[in-house]
Amino acid sequence: MNEETKPFEPVIIGFTCNWCSYRAADMAGIARMKYAPNVRLIRLMCSGRLDPTFVFKAIAGGADGVLVSGCHPGDCHYSTQNYKTMRRFHLMERVLTQMGLEPGRLKLLWASAAEGQIFANEITKFVEEIRALGPLNWNNSGVKVPEVAKEEVPA
Amino acid sequence: MSAEEKMPKERIGVYVCHCGSNIAGVVNVAEVSKWAGDNLKDQGVVVSRDYKFMCSSLGQELIQKDIKEQKLTRVVVAACSPHLHEKTFRNACKGADLNPYLCELVSVREQDSWVHTDKIAATEKAKAIVAGGVSRVVHHEPLTPLKVPIHPATLIVGGGIAGIQAALEIADAGFPVYLVEREPSIGGHMAQFDKTFPTLDCSACILTPKMVDVGNHPNITMLTYSEVQKVDGYVGNFAVTINKHARYVKTADCTGCGVCWEKCPKKVIDDKFEAGLGYRKAVYTPFPQAVPKYPVIDDINCTYFQKGTCKACEKFCPTNAIDFTQKNEIMTVEVGNIILATGWDLFDARRVPNYGYGRLANVFTNMEFERLSNSAGPTGGNIVLRDGKTTPKSVGIVHCVGSRDKNYNNYCSAICCMQSLKFAHLVHEKTGATVYNFYIDIRTPAKGYDEFYQRIIEEGALFVRGKVAEITDAARNPGEEGKLIIQVEDTLVGKQRRIPVDMVILSAGLEPRAGSKELAKTFGISCSADGWFIERHPKLDPVATMTEGVYIAGCVQGPKDIPASVAQGAAAAARILGKIQQKEIALEPVRATINEEQCSGCRICNTLCPYNAILFHEDTMVSEVNPALCQGCGTCVAGCPAGAISGTGFSNLQILSQIDGLLLLTLDKKKEAVVA
Repeated sequence: MNEETKPFEPVIIGFTCNWCSYRAADMAGIARMKYAPNVRLIRLMCSGRLDPTFVFKAIAGGADGVLVSGCHPGDCHYSTQNYKTMRRFHLMERVLTQMGLEPGRLKLLWASAAEGQIFANEITKFVEEIRALGPLNWNNSGVKVPEVAKEEVPA
Repeated sequence: MSAEEKMPKERIGVYVCHCGSNIAGVVNVAEVSKWAGDNLKDQGVVVSRDYKFMCSSLGQELIQKDIKEQKLTRVVVAACSPHLHEKTFRNACKGADLNPYLCELVSVREQDSWVHTDKIAATEKAKAIVAGGVSRVVHHEPLTPLKVPIHPATLIVGGGIAGIQAALEIADAGFPVYLVEREPSIGGHMAQFDKTFPTLDCSACILTPKMVDVGNHPNITMLTYSEVQKVDGYVGNFAVTINKHARYVKTADCTGCGVCWEKCPKKVIDDKFEAGLGYRKAVYTPFPQAVPKYPVIDDINCTYFQKGTCKACEKFCPTNAIDFTQKNEIMTVEVGNIILATGWDLFDARRVPNYGYGRLANVFTNMEFERLSNSAGPTGGNIVLRDGKTTPKSVGIVHCVGSRDKNYNNYCSAICCMQSLKFAHLVHEKTGATVYNFYIDIRTPAKGYDEFYQRIIEEGALFVRGKVAEITDAARNPGEEGKLIIQVEDTLVGKQRRIPVDMVILSAGLEPRAGSKELAKTFGISCSADGWFIERHPKLDPVATMTEGVYIAGCVQGPKDIPASVAQGAAAAARILGKIQQKEIALEPVRATINEEQCSGCRICNTLCPYNAILFHEDTMVSEVNPALCQGCGTCVAGCPAGAISGTGFSNLQILSQIDGLLLLTLDKKKEAVVA
């Protein structure tokens, strides 16, 4: 097949919480719902665990999009932590947009453990949105930061 | 992020499961296993296998053999969801003397083979998932579960049949129980019913012996007319704050003689126990067999509390037990486990205006009918119309009111078919009236239920399959004057019918209690979209919740009949007794720890914790996490600006490495991330 005509297959990293969104993904699996294979999930205990550094790392590593998913607001297994996720996500989205990232590459999705179908549909939708945006080209620009020799911190 | 090590320190075993054809049918497991063995050597992979069923004894022994012979220090299994077999593989490692937390289970089934159809893409994804797991597991540390003691006392919220059963089981086993009930007496809805299906046992006759047992039991402390306000702590060590509403009766002096309510001049419509059909007084016990026997004064309706006059009860009380100065009492109890058994509310039939409930006098709800039929009820057990005199000659019973209905509640309320058949029998027995049942399906699944249905058919009850469209008193045809007309499509005949009856009984459905969402929050558990509390697993764990130490029993988990509620109450009790016997419980060691040296004392983490698990030491100006209170959510780990908090089990290094691993295939050369 001609390299140019092969459709671009995005790679998306997804962060899910152990209680709701990971179980929603499991539920989609148990019910054999089909969705696009472009998302690779990481299980955190809570969406509140999401350090924005993880998202930066994923993008710097070449991911074309990042999905952050947790329990619906008000339903967090740890009570109120997903509100903190919400705050961090929106601030992080702003920062990344200012750095030149298209905001459509980040997605915040609330899913409860019973919403397997919704989870599957949202993933398929997101994959198509990223496909339309095209591959992330950050590896082509910027300069690799040279390694600095480690210095002993004076006691 | 430091540069990748040239010499891997760990020896990792990778095991890719076929799961029969569940995984192997879509993912080329042999290819994945070979790929991992060839390409992840510099991560530390020394052995990589694939096997039909990793969770089988043989599969587990495969891992154990390799741990011993290949001196593995880490294990990655690519199979089903960690929610299923994480424990299995952790135990397998433990059996081979490898710390169980050095094992990682990644899902290539629910997350891959079951949801993708493109075999090549699924196989590539499986490789990435395995690579992610391998990169991550390198940074796992050996962990030990935290052991906390279990307090032997149990709190049961809700004094209905499920709560009563659970309380008796635990108390009979020799352990203390606090039974909190919102109403002045225990008994719940079961105390309101007339007869119970399918045996037609008198409900109060089978319930009251259990109520008396609870009241007399040395190990049960009943806290009636009380509500839980706050819950602190964690499994094994809860501190529960309870508001004991003032009864205005001194229980030490009260003999339950009843002179107070006899003399009380203030009548109040009893919308709780009598379903609005009868009256009680301002000072009352909800029903004669109430446990405890002490009355309460309803301070909203009592003349003394409203206007400052009367006090008839105080005047006539032979033991001087009335005390208008009593105050609510706030108390805190320490318990190890909690059972929520708060039951259900009736669907409000006024929400279906075409059925005329509340507008047409002789349309009754199921609970109203239970009180009509009950010999201790407001009509002495006589089935009569609203005028209190006329016996109906024809009765229509409408099934599925508010249930199986997209306009109201989508679910089936489980008990109304049997309840409706029971009503058909009672009407037939007491009045000889013609009975019509208007149904969608007849659901009679349990023991003796279908036989009961057959009996009702033999008794001559008539069945019309169709959802009732309208109940009206507007007569159109001769013979309809003065009657209630039920307009329904008889689907088996294929015709619209107008059936005149004297009385209609609406089998209204069951709904979660008002205030369920707030109650769930108080106890740290979740409700489903319908409002019923969520169980740990719908098939295999119906009485536990996602929160350790909090259990659910009875209709609070979903509509069910009395035998099922009793079974769940007993099941929750058995679970708790098992925990109490072990005297201590092992908590998952997923916790946060603060590195004192790196902590700058900014206290941002203090406010991020919903469990108040982070203390700030004023003297050293650093924060510290209490490992017993910490639930391991990791929000503080993410929030610390100094990076001073680490989360065991989900550390920064573990997750950042997993991201690297997952993206390995998108990198044509192993590029190092620009961001540290």
